[in-house]
Amino acid sequence: MKSRSKSCEDLNTIRKIMEESSRFLSLSGLSGLFAGLIALIGGAVACFAILKGNIMLSSEYFTGMNAEEVSIMRFWLIIDSMAVLILAIGVSIFFSYRKSISQGLKIWTPVSKRMLINVLVPLVTGGIFIVILYNENLLQLIIPSMLVFYGLALVNAGKFTNNDVFILGLIEILIGLVSALFTDFGLIFWCLGFGILHIIYGLIMYRKYEK
Amino acid sequence: MKGVIAGLNKLFENRVRLGIMSVLAVNDYYDFNNLKETLDVTDGNLASHLKALEENDLIKVNKQFIGRKPNTRYSITETGKQLFGIHLKALEKIINSQ
Repeated sequence: MKSRSKSCEDLNTIRKIMEESSRFLSLSGLSGLFAGLIALIGGAVACFAILKGNIMLSSEYFTGMNAEEVSIMRFWLIIDSMAVLILAIGVSIFFSYRKSISQGLKIWTPVSKRMLINVLVPLVTGGIFIVILYNENLLQLIIPSMLVFYGLALVNAGKFTNNDVFILGLIEILIGLVSALFTDFGLIFWCLGFGILHIIYGLIMYRKYEK
Repeated sequence: MKGVIAGLNKLFENRVRLGIMSVLAVNDYYDFNNLKETLDVTDGNLASHLKALEENDLIKVNKQFIGRKPNTRYSITETGKQLFGIHLKALEKIINSQ
């Protein structure tokens, strides 16, 4: 008969290998924290610099302006949101890379590849959908779409990493749906979903797995 | 069944084989190089254990080409799934019984 300690050791090895080979655990809480801060800065830039202190995206606000002013404003809002997106993805990759090195794990594994594909499908679909909304002038639905499709991407990612990402995704979808009902408050929902929620998530993750 | 004493399978006594089965139990498939990295073993060592598991019909091999590079994928068989499950239960039993 096998001894108890040997069996215990075997089971622990099995569990560890199963987890490492099927889940991507190098996502860092710091990614969430910094992505959230970047989003809040981007939101503040949009509110104070581009919309000149106006946090409401109501249609009355835009009807008071001429076509040229509106198009300049749109242009800067696009630049602002693209900058947030690129910086947020950048810090996420940076902190995940750092964490994977400190854990002695590879970042480019069969699991992370599958996770990436599952994240990209809803994300790219959302991106295309938003371009269509923009072209059709359905601007009030852009922020709700960002939140909903991002939430769906996270729900998909949750299958390949810790379950907290799945829950974060559900909350993002919920915020996205609510924001579709109150489109005047789009910017506030945007800051809530991409800013504050990420910061809370990041802090929880950091305390749970990295402290 | 070969080499089974109270549900423990001799084939799974080796660490590398146990590792291979663990990976394939939770993944649809895994290729040779990724198995090598995950389990941190040499080519020869991994190949011989894969062969043993394959000969006992616990895993199956799927050779294909990605572009011009050959790629060997492994996946678990129904038999492999069953025997590995029995082995895990036996391990748990030993831990709980003593």
